[in-house]
Amino acid sequence: MDEIKQELQSSSRATHQDYFGKALSYLCITFVGLLVLSILYFITTRGLATFTENHVSLWKFLIEKNWNPGVLDSHGQPQIGALPMIVTSFSVTVLSALVATPFALGVALFMTEIAPKRGTKVLQPVIELLVGIPSVVYGFIGLSVIVPLIRHTFGGTGFGILAGVVVLFVMVLPTITSLSIDSIKAVPMYYRSASLALGATRWQTIYKVVLRAATPGIMTAIIFGMARAFGEALAVQMVIGNAVLMPHGLLTPSSTLTSQLTTGIGNTTMGTLPNNALWSLALILLLMSLVFNILVRFIGKRGSLKK
Amino acid sequence: MKKRSLFSTIVALSALGVLLTGCGSSSSKSSKSTSADSNVKITAVGSTALQPLVEQAASDYQKANKKVNISVQGGGSGTGLSQVQEGAVTIGNSDIFAEQQAGIKAKKLVDHQVAVVGMTPVVNKGVGIKNLSMAQLKGIFTGKIKNWKEVGGKDQKINVVNRVQGSGTRATFEGAVLEGAKAIKTQEQDSNGTVQKIVASTPGTISYLAFSYVNSKIQAPSINHVAPTDQNVENNKWKIWSYEHMYTKGQPNAAAKKFLNYMDSSKVQDSLVQKLGYISIHDMKVQKNASGAVTTK
Repeated sequence: MDEIKQELQSSSRATHQDYFGKALSYLCITFVGLLVLSILYFITTRGLATFTENHVSLWKFLIEKNWNPGVLDSHGQPQIGALPMIVTSFSVTVLSALVATPFALGVALFMTEIAPKRGTKVLQPVIELLVGIPSVVYGFIGLSVIVPLIRHTFGGTGFGILAGVVVLFVMVLPTITSLSIDSIKAVPMYYRSASLALGATRWQTIYKVVLRAATPGIMTAIIFGMARAFGEALAVQMVIGNAVLMPHGLLTPSSTLTSQLTTGIGNTTMGTLPNNALWSLALILLLMSLVFNILVRFIGKRGSLKK
Repeated sequence: MKKRSLFSTIVALSALGVLLTGCGSSSSKSSKSTSADSNVKITAVGSTALQPLVEQAASDYQKANKKVNISVQGGGSGTGLSQVQEGAVTIGNSDIFAEQQAGIKAKKLVDHQVAVVGMTPVVNKGVGIKNLSMAQLKGIFTGKIKNWKEVGGKDQKINVVNRVQGSGTRATFEGAVLEGAKAIKTQEQDSNGTVQKIVASTPGTISYLAFSYVNSKIQAPSINHVAPTDQNVENNKWKIWSYEHMYTKGQPNAAAKKFLNYMDSSKVQDSLVQKLGYISIHDMKVQKNASGAVTTK
């Protein structure tokens, strides 16, 4: 009797396992959470030091065009105007997403609607291969093939936003494609059946039904592609020319936030203004990736397919 | 159930094994290190221009001294100086004097000069010049001279490629050529290899490189009719050169001192230094201090 009582009142082996599992996952969550928080804290404090310790006005940082953090101007103010880099970063991001999207959609439609079997067999490995190539390789190809090509075709030095866009196009293409495929696959089969039953051709079905229904997912795909383009450093740095100048066109050398960060960080000393200014650039990047994330969530909520 | 307990047994056993071997090896190490002089780790971080020399010297040194473990990393002169100042690394490699870097307390660091690097302007082969005066060079890099025909070359736009701000190569070049004037805003590249490639392939381009990176695809003009050679650097006829420094925080410890002595020995200075395209510190007939003043030795 006592044995049964004890067994019933004390927690079983399974319960212990349950506690153990729970504790383990909480531990992991806490660890990851702390990691994210400390990264956020580190970048934020470092990035804000430019404005709090070195007393540079935030407004000047965002709208001035002179970037020369090691040197003081005639008024004794450090020259840290990040506008050229912000403009360039946005230009390459938006342009590469604009160019890549039609191609990505074409591939995605081919693989889901037109020739699902053949398409998947051939194109899936191709896309995975594109994802797996390290960015320095893209940069090197850009430097040895794209830049001379642009120079011969359009003149100038070949370095600039256009070269960056071409390289980024290849890099964001797989991201946008694979996410678009997922969202097109998620469109229920009966949408297509209904459309075909009404007498629509395949193209009409794709254009008027499938793509319309998959729009939120495709938007998400584009934004993820843009986030990748915005954060890409190495490949862009190799072809963009790294001149902190307002871009006058697609063919003049320019500099993105990331390329300035990678070239500058090894040559500055922790705690000095030139170093803090670079952290401020990193803070802008962090905030932008936050904006991209919020956008994705917003679209996901507003545009989700209602059944 | 059986599988699970087997699995946990394996995990427990392997953990035990790691612990035991850990203890074993550390105890055997400590007993050995009392007999030999040291079993130490030296980290040298910083300048990518100096990295090949230190790497090669370190690997040779470790062959002779099995107890010493030297790890050499890049990261840039700024990183090297700030890391050694914080005490995070044993040796900070730098192309520039600690005094020249903002945020570094040079008095706390001890300078060990291990080599000299000469730097030269390099131009694309098609620009059609063989010689530049120092004033012309300054004009080009401050943006006053915009076409090669102004300095006796072809009618071609000058495309200046600079090095990134704060890099040792740029600090040296600007110290010798610009004399405080502001450089033109232009393309900036951060590695010798990329600069070499760009100058070779882009018409009208000028930049500057360490001597060892000049190859047959690019052209190094003379300045004021002085050719960029090692001999001209040694007697300061060629003005654009800098020391390669290995800084320690305070006086180096015994092991680091031994390695630094090895770097200064004729074994390294007379063969390795020259083989890798640097100029030996022993051959220099002049001395330069942190503010750039040159005196004969």
